[in-house]
Amino acid sequence: MSLSISKLTMVNVRKDLQLEWRSRDVFNSMLFFALLVVVVFSFAFERDESRPVMGGLIWIAFLFSTNMALNQSWARELRNGVLDAYRVSPAPAEALFLGKCLGNYVLILLLECVMAPLFVIFYNLKSGGPLYQLVIIFLLGTWALVVNGTFFAAMSIRTKNRELMLPLLLLPISLPAVYSMVEATSIVLNGDGSPWAYVKFLAGFCVIYTTACFLLFEIVLNAE
Amino acid sequence: MRGVSLELQSGKFYVLRGENGAGKSTLLRMIAGLNEPTEGDILIFGIENKFALEHLGYMAHAPLLYDELSGMENLRFFAQLYETAKSDAAKNDAPLIEAMRRVGLDPALERRIGQYSQGMRQRLSLARAIFHSPDLLLLDEPFSNVDPESALAIAKLLAAMRDEGTTIVLVTHQVGLLSSLADEYILLSHGQLVDRGVMTKGLA
Repeated sequence: MSLSISKLTMVNVRKDLQLEWRSRDVFNSMLFFALLVVVVFSFAFERDESRPVMGGLIWIAFLFSTNMALNQSWARELRNGVLDAYRVSPAPAEALFLGKCLGNYVLILLLECVMAPLFVIFYNLKSGGPLYQLVIIFLLGTWALVVNGTFFAAMSIRTKNRELMLPLLLLPISLPAVYSMVEATSIVLNGDGSPWAYVKFLAGFCVIYTTACFLLFEIVLNAE
Repeated sequence: MRGVSLELQSGKFYVLRGENGAGKSTLLRMIAGLNEPTEGDILIFGIENKFALEHLGYMAHAPLLYDELSGMENLRFFAQLYETAKSDAAKNDAPLIEAMRRVGLDPALERRIGQYSQGMRQRLSLARAIFHSPDLLLLDEPFSNVDPESALAIAKLLAAMRDEGTTIVLVTHQVGLLSSLADEYILLSHGQLVDRGVMTKGLA
């Protein structure tokens, strides 16, 4: 292959971030949704009684925000039929997939950075374990959601009910990863044990699904 | 499409004709590799079409451009997808500026294309299809939404590209524009090839 996948991946990442910087469609809707979850649940729980369910609550906010972001990032490629221009170019499909994954990953990590202080304020959140463990869990957990989500969003993008299709496809497949993220996050927040078994599982999940989605993406892109 | 078998000569200008729904756009999409034929092969210069994409320029009904980017930014992005030994478009803007100039757009135009008129989008879409000097150019209704003067200029540009060796296959209902410029017509009806001949005969 004459075209370098890594170079073209970065071309796609730059383009996606540039489009997002100008429109802010994806980030604004993710932020709004995540804020809504934080505020609504802050009414449902007393500040101190939310600690046992905090791991789940945090990931609910990011999981559904991710869903929203992924659909919109592909919808942008369908507007004006731009995806066809990519398909008739000699650029490899895998570069588009990795570019989309990395672009979405950056946006969702950014959202998590914006939301972290709000979780602290609304839920009096303190980490019982070392902070670096939380960082590792979030880096891996977010990648697990993004890589699967980008793949399944591409699969569902041409369907009539794509907003419904993506969670239907993504959530069952991501369940083991979501369970690990929630458990690992809860362990670190509560400071009661080691999260490494879950972290290792998450890392394995990321490797397996990144490889599978990378290899299968060309079929999904060209499916009519 | 049903049983279409077609051989095109390189360096010629073909016009695909037919009523609405005859299969003209579908045939173009199949040649471009966007739709798969249920049987048979499509070869471009002797190579299976999906391996000959760098030789191909494609312009569709839709502009195939990002609204949030300017004309040059759109072309720069697509140029990077064609970064091959054949094209140096990704390394400098010269071929892009030349493509913009050939379609009559000001290369310095920094407006986002969301603010372009339909005709300007159409011309930019043509620039996107030709900036890498493709050997085979597939065009679906390139004259729609374009004013008569610009349409004539585009038709002449295409004829000049044919003279430079580019093979052109174009779908249009405005055949009159091309009567003296195109070489052959191909007539489709209900997904079948029903006639083919030199352009003047096609217009008769």
